[in-house]
Amino acid sequence: MNAPHQDDYFYLARKSQAMRMRARLIQSIRSFFIQQDFLEVETPVRIPSPAPEEHIEAIPSGSWFLQTSPELCMKRLLAAGCPRIFQICKCFRADERGGKHLPEFTMLEWYVVQFDYHDLMDQCEAMLLAAFRSVGYHQDITWQNKKINLAAPWERITVADAFARYSPVSLSETLNRIIFDETLVQYIEPRLGISRPTFLYDYPAELAALARIKKSDPSVAERFELYIGGLELANGFSELTDAAEQRRRFEKASGVRAAKNWHCYPMPEKFLTTLEHLPPSAGIALGIDRTMMLLANTTRIDDITTFTPEDL
Amino acid sequence: MYTASDLRKGLRLKIDGDPYVITEFNFVKPGKGQALYRTKLKNMINGNQFERTFRSVDNFEPADLREKKMQYLYKEGDKYCFMDNENYEQVYLTETQVDEAVNYMTDNIEVEILLFEDRPIGISLPNFVELIVTEAEPWAKGDTVSGATKPVKVQTGATILVPTFVSEGEKIRIDTRTGEYLTRVKG
Repeated sequence: MNAPHQDDYFYLARKSQAMRMRARLIQSIRSFFIQQDFLEVETPVRIPSPAPEEHIEAIPSGSWFLQTSPELCMKRLLAAGCPRIFQICKCFRADERGGKHLPEFTMLEWYVVQFDYHDLMDQCEAMLLAAFRSVGYHQDITWQNKKINLAAPWERITVADAFARYSPVSLSETLNRIIFDETLVQYIEPRLGISRPTFLYDYPAELAALARIKKSDPSVAERFELYIGGLELANGFSELTDAAEQRRRFEKASGVRAAKNWHCYPMPEKFLTTLEHLPPSAGIALGIDRTMMLLANTTRIDDITTFTPEDL
Repeated sequence: MYTASDLRKGLRLKIDGDPYVITEFNFVKPGKGQALYRTKLKNMINGNQFERTFRSVDNFEPADLREKKMQYLYKEGDKYCFMDNENYEQVYLTETQVDEAVNYMTDNIEVEILLFEDRPIGISLPNFVELIVTEAEPWAKGDTVSGATKPVKVQTGATILVPTFVSEGEKIRIDTRTGEYLTRVKG
């Protein structure tokens, strides 16, 4: 056998601990879902029509696209009669590269029929606690020299309360001036999940994406994000099952995308047709790479991947 | 023109008529939100720093910057005069623009003058210069503590820390990036 190339040898030595931890993490995630009677599924990575989203651009693959998430195919499986499904797969997003972003990354998505977003927060908490235990974190995680207490239940705070607590600008003003994202990134995110994990929930209806609007308060959508140590790890929601409303949101997003000269996707008609048959359900996407950053106590996503695009 | 995806640490941009260098750069994107490019910028003329967040739709003008070899001639009032080696034109920099480089500038030394739209705004020195020690405490015989240093004055008037054995009249080599003594130079 040839000796490995010297550069690769040192490279591997630096990454081997993170690689072993990632393998254990994925193993324990699989065990959790299998024990909870979930079906592990695989859906195509190359798809003809991704969900049009205002701020996520797909990478073309021939005349089709690489998936930005397995969301549409997985919901078709839900509608077809699979009540509890999960998938661990690669997703691709154009022009996303930074300390916490890779254009190709690993996503865990799972869906449960008859769940709402609060049920999903409970389950997400239980799943991650089991996963953290499997890599040796029982009571707390040390993140950037601070201890994060993992004791359940984790904090849950609405977007409105978080803005009232942490932002110098009111939530309604950030929406009017279209500086919600800037304010979130600068003032809110760095304060979330610092002493214990935090679910940020009830997003403004304008930012609903594929989430259901809350019956008791139509100004918000039943959507949440999980933050640990200021890192955004997961996004989940009670699924929108109204096909007409979903089509309107897709059309609005397509308009915004066209104005930016982004790819024009065909409308995902088969998805919209099956949406009529989707029972009430909830789904969540969790970034495996971000979770690894937390576990490896690093602010650089490069540290926990085998090879970044620049290494290839 | 640059687009937001060109932004990175060290990139030099023209904003509101002034040249800026990006000193810190961070790509962020909240869940389902838009890509944001957070930067810290430093004005290359007055040194002022500020933070600014850009969006993917933003465009940027490159700053027209280049370096030119010139010779340091003399100081006149609070201005430093340099001569372009090619066309013999003279340009001036202020004390603020020359800043710490003054510690290592001897007459006729060749330097790089940074030009922004043909206006001189800064200077970069060779990494190493040789200067004559003009004032030094004599070396006390028996002072053999290794690593001991003493301050001496060099011909530019600057004070440099050197090993105790260096004496007046000797020539020493200095790293201009750190201000550190490297070695004595013969002759």
